[in-house]
Amino acid sequence: MSPAELFSLPFMQRALLAALFTGLAAPAIGTYLVQRRLALMGDGIGHVAVTGVAIGLLTGWSPTWTAVVVAAVGAVAIELIRERGHTNGDVALALLFYGGLAGGVLLTGIGGQSAARLQQYLFGSLLTISISDVIVTMVLATVVVLIAVGLAPQLFAVSHDREFARVAGLDVRLYNILVAVLAAVSVTVAMRTVGLLLVSALMVVPVATAQQLTRSFRTTLAAAMVIGVLASVGGLVISAFASYRASVAPGPSIVLLALAGFAVTWPIGVWLRHRSRLRQPFADDPVGHEVSDDHDDRHPHRHGDDCGHLAVPHDDHVDYVHDGHRHAPHGEHYDEH
Amino acid sequence: MTTAAPTTPPVELVGGAVAIGGRPVLRGIDLVVEPGAFVALLGPNGSGKSTLVRALTGLRPLASGTLRLFGTPFAQFHDWRRIGFVPQRSSAESGVPASVWETVAAGRLTRRRLLRPMSSSDKTAIADALELVGLADRAKDGVATLSGGQQQRVLIARALAGDPDLFFLDEPTAGVDARNQRALAEALGRLRDRGATIVLVAHELGPLAPLVERAVVMREGRIAYDGPPRHDDGHSPHDVHHHETLRPRHGLPLEGRWP
Repeated sequence: MSPAELFSLPFMQRALLAALFTGLAAPAIGTYLVQRRLALMGDGIGHVAVTGVAIGLLTGWSPTWTAVVVAAVGAVAIELIRERGHTNGDVALALLFYGGLAGGVLLTGIGGQSAARLQQYLFGSLLTISISDVIVTMVLATVVVLIAVGLAPQLFAVSHDREFARVAGLDVRLYNILVAVLAAVSVTVAMRTVGLLLVSALMVVPVATAQQLTRSFRTTLAAAMVIGVLASVGGLVISAFASYRASVAPGPSIVLLALAGFAVTWPIGVWLRHRSRLRQPFADDPVGHEVSDDHDDRHPHRHGDDCGHLAVPHDDHVDYVHDGHRHAPHGEHYDEH
Repeated sequence: MTTAAPTTPPVELVGGAVAIGGRPVLRGIDLVVEPGAFVALLGPNGSGKSTLVRALTGLRPLASGTLRLFGTPFAQFHDWRRIGFVPQRSSAESGVPASVWETVAAGRLTRRRLLRPMSSSDKTAIADALELVGLADRAKDGVATLSGGQQQRVLIARALAGDPDLFFLDEPTAGVDARNQRALAEALGRLRDRGATIVLVAHELGPLAPLVERAVVMREGRIAYDGPPRHDDGHSPHDVHHHETLRPRHGLPLEGRWP
């Protein structure tokens, strides 16, 4: 089968659409979770959503909608437990992790459903997605993206510094709950694509990748969404082609592709951070300095813009970093700073 | 800067008390701050000075007493654009990089409406605030790459961007090197000249000392001294924890006005 034939298949087109919208929505809300150092919250919500799916399977209601409701309730519970400060955020997450997963497996068994049915939701089943599933995915993902981008100034302020946001008159609790509910919606949106157990990866890994290279929040948000789309669509396409030779599931391919992107950008990020640390201006020097005396022979040139030594601002002049010394031009000689 | 009813005290706390987890931390606090005043809350660690500022901003609920901001009882107060809060620096760290400009832009939220793009006056205010703290050239840099003192100035610019009348600053000089402390003092001096009311918490005044008109010294959750600061031989009355060993060369008063 040629690529053209593959992409003309209806199930493949549905899968591509779902992957596109999921890849856009999950990192959008994931950025706020990472900013609040709640990177694992998506995972916690994902585990709670397992119970939601099981309730759907047990009652015959749509597992997508029961998962949305149960995940949203779980997310708000996590947020409230965290806010009240009775338990650490991570302990609150852990409690819901285990309760959600155990409840889901138990209910699936009671309902007489096979584990394979639940597995579709645990690890994703992008290629068996129906038209109505695609429409629900597109609508929910659009809502998540519009709110995450439209309310970015407010959500940024609340996630960045909640005390300042409160004194600025923002309803911090309302915005926190909004983020929690949006995270729950994203989890259920991504459930069919990468599965509940891997959903957090699509929320967090693109953000972690983006921030290796970015300096501002807005570019991180935008870059994470682009990376999310590349990873989810790319992972789907790779798995579709690889499926000629072996059984390759789209969910894990998407997550591994996202991780590969991180592995490529991480060294670049390390280098960028190293470079910016070297170029940071030196602080005011209260100790004073002495005249450099050991470079007359090895020092045939004048320090300047093109001498090849790193120039770092220091107070009102420039120091040249030179074999681990800091040389400041002073008349005919160099001072050691 | 709005100048309506300039005689209404921006801060009026009567009989204020704060309990944290049922444990009384502040009690019997009466504090009225006049418009345009520059007040420093001083005292040793654990004396309640930060808690007092948090109570004044509503971050800590009062267990008893009444708080009025600009003459309005706190429960009815919604005019947040008149207040600029500069929290302790540690609260401004986050998991995703944020640029200096973005952080300062958050200060405009008191004046922006939901889902509206930023106006040109917002942008001017942000640029002015960065200019005033001397960081206009660092606007695009990540906050995390700045030194502690520069980060502190970013937080002041953020409060400044909302163009408030009343500033609360929680330990703006903590962990800030001498050079940045001077830059900070310069920025606060310009704010005062614009007519802003400033209430700040400090462990040490350092270069801020000449600006302070009134020192409120906290001790074990009560106000122990309230009056003009002492500047004898250049020292500020910040080290009250030394007062048991009264040493005149530290400029500590001996005439009994201190606790």
